[in-house]
Order: sequence, then C-alpha cells, then structure tokens
Amino acid sequence: MQQIINFIIRNKTFLLFLLLFSISLSFTIQSHSYHKSKFINSANFLTGGIYNYVSNVNRYFSLKKQNDILAQENNRLKSILFNSKSTKNQNYIDSLSFSHTYKFTSGIVLKNSYSSSKNTLLLNKGSLDSIKEDFGVISTKGIVGIIDHTSKHYATVLSILNTSSKISAQLKKTNHFGTLTWNGISPYYTQLLDIPKIAPVKVGDTIVSSGRSSIFPKGIPVGTIHDFKLDAAENYYEINVKLFNDMTNIEYVYVIENTDIQEITNLLNPNKNE
Amino acid sequence: MNSVAYSNIMRFILLVGLQVSILNHINFFGYINPYVYILFIILFPVKNNRLLFIFLSFLVGLTIDIFSDSGGIHAAACVSIAYARPVILKFCFGTVYEYQSIKFNTVEFSSKFIYITLMTVIHHFILFSLEIFNSSIIILTLQKTLFSSIFTIILCVMITIIFSRKSK
Repeated sequence: MQQIINFIIRNKTFLLFLLLFSISLSFTIQSHSYHKSKFINSANFLTGGIYNYVSNVNRYFSLKKQNDILAQENNRLKSILFNSKSTKNQNYIDSLSFSHTYKFTSGIVLKNSYSSSKNTLLLNKGSLDSIKEDFGVISTKGIVGIIDHTSKHYATVLSILNTSSKISAQLKKTNHFGTLTWNGISPYYTQLLDIPKIAPVKVGDTIVSSGRSSIFPKGIPVGTIHDFKLDAAENYYEINVKLFNDMTNIEYVYVIENTDIQEITNLLNPNKNE
Repeated sequence: MNSVAYSNIMRFILLVGLQVSILNHINFFGYINPYVYILFIILFPVKNNRLLFIFLSFLVGLTIDIFSDSGGIHAAACVSIAYARPVILKFCFGTVYEYQSIKFNTVEFSSKFIYITLMTVIHHFILFSLEIFNSSIIILTLQKTLFSSIFTIILCVMITIIFSRKSK
C-alpha cells in the first residue's frame, strides 16, 4: 500500500497528464459521433452570448453583400410569383413553396467555420423558439446543415461541411438518390456517393435534396455536378458537387421543421410504438 | 506572487478572447488560422507548480474547444505541450534553465525563437492529427500543420516583442 502511494506521489505529474489527455481524447472521440458530445458545444449561455456580441459587430461589415443576396432572392421569388399561372396545381419544386407540413423559422448565423474537418455553425435561435435536434437548416440558395444541439437561446448546426454529416440527395432530373458527404478538402465542393451506375449523370446537372430523410423537403437545391467517376467496385458513381451556397459567407438562414415527423417515424417503426 | 497570478489570469482572458473573436475567423487561403492562445502556455512562469501548470493548460484548451465546437482536440494538444515543456526548455536554453528561472524578456532571441517554434509545431501537429483523425490523408495534416505553424510563429514572436517589458 505504502509503495502504491509512493508511486502515485512520484509520478503525479505524469498521471495527471495521462488523466487530462485521456479526458480530452474521449471528448474528441465523442465529438466524432453525431449528437454525442454533451457539454462541449458552443450552444451555452456564455459562449452563445459572446458570439452574439461579436456577430453584432461583424454583421455591419457584410451588410452590402447580404442586401445583394436578399435582393437576388426577392427577384427570383417575384419572377416565380408573377410567372406562375396556376398556383394551385404546382408541384413543390421551389424551396419556399411547400404546403404547411413544413414550418420555417428564420435565424442568424452567429459563428461559422469552414476550415476544419468538423465544421459547425451557431444560430441565434434555440429551444425557446421551438427549435429541436434534427431540424434542417437552409439558406436562400441551398442546404446548410442539420441542427445538432440546442440550448434555450442558441443552437448548433452540423454543417454539410462536416465529415460526419450524411444527407440524402438526388438528381433533379430522375429520382436516383445517394448520400451527400464531405471529404474535408474544399468548402466549395461536397461528394455525392451511392448513385447507381444506371443513372444518367452529366456534368452540370442539378442535385437537390431527396426528401427521404423527412428532415428536408424534396427539391431544395444543393449544387451542380462538377465531375464524377465510378467507385472502386464500379457499381456506383462518386460525384463531386459544386455547392450553390457559398458556405464561407452565410448570414441569414431558415430552420425547417417537419410537423409530420412524429407520424412518419411512427409509421416506419410500428414496433417501437407500443 | 499576486501580481504574477493576476497577469496570468489577464493573459488567459485576453488570449482566449482574441482567439475566439478574431483569430479563429481569419481563414487565410481558406484554412490557415493562427492559434496564438498557446502563448499562455509558452510564457507561463517556469518556476511554478507543474501540476497547476498542466491543469491550467488543459483549461485553456478546453475553453477554446467549447468555443469552437471541436471536442477535445485543443485540450489534448495543450496538455501534451505543457507536459513536454521542461524537456523543450532544457533543449533550447540549456544550463540557463537548470540553474535559474528564465525571464523570457532577457534570454537570447535565437533560443527563444527555437523554443516557440518547437512548441508550436508539436501543438499544431497533435491538433490537426486529432482534428482530421484519418491517417490516409496525412499529407493534409502535415500541410495544415506547416502553414498554420508559420502563421502562429510569426504572430507569437511579434506579440512577444511588442509586449516585452524592458527589464533593468
């Protein structure tokens, strides 16, 4: 017993180092799996408050650019509004014209990152604005990510520029769908995997969200095909998608709530509902 | 003693504030960010409780982690360089370190530069290996380490020169 205590006292520096190092490693490994990192996230009172303050200052520097983006969007929406003859029978091809299944909340990005391989955003809306985990986040041009954690006033978003994010997406022309992932290299391109070889893939085709995950509605624009190749087994395409969104410059976003999600999950997992 | 503690607390708050509010958002060429907050570890007084030092380094790293949603990568890298610091100090300053406490204002510039370089490169290498967590793209890890290190070293050296008090 005496020797054990002596050993601990002699090596206390090393043991403390080992303890702290393993704690931080476990945090790191936790953060690699979705929704697991419980306390190490920036959606808390202190960090959210500081980022809110910083963002209030920073927002002045991009006012002109954001105005341009808003004007562009208004322009696009107006052209759709005045050119549509029969609004009743229109299919839901545009990102903002869904039936009431989807509820939109606008938010402001307080913190954006795109240089690391696990990128997250911080929004100024939280659980008090009835935002919950697994809601989709889009900007005026396309998909941004999925809500990861929420606190009372803030929420973190798992960006599509995160190597652990997986979003279902499809070709706009046909219904062949695949998984949208990111390889961590360029913030302007993401990768669409598992598109079957039989699908008619062409450079320049549009990729949209598929609506299969019930997080995003069908038809939200993602990007265009930049280049593609067959994977190692030669059964599926690996497609490089050039994003419509400039992920390095995002300020105003919309959070999408699917109000039918409970019904859909109950229907898909009837056994769990007993 | 009190003034040492006070100046270190101020340094902690100022460096973390600078890091999370400005330096994390520079993204020079898309991915190069300086991590100047390690100056807290580099400039921590040498003659001091080692347990406290390692714990404070962990705290600094964890604070940065919470702000940047990065799990525990900064904490791990900080703890490692804090643990390895005596070895690096001995390597860079030799006998000066062994017999008296170093004042970072008074040592030679060249050995101080080597010291900052070593600490930065080790920190950045651990940081980016944990961040990318994939040995198949080790080139990307090394590339990020190299470029971010250069940026960090330049800034660190500049800050130490600007804020060094002329000691009598």
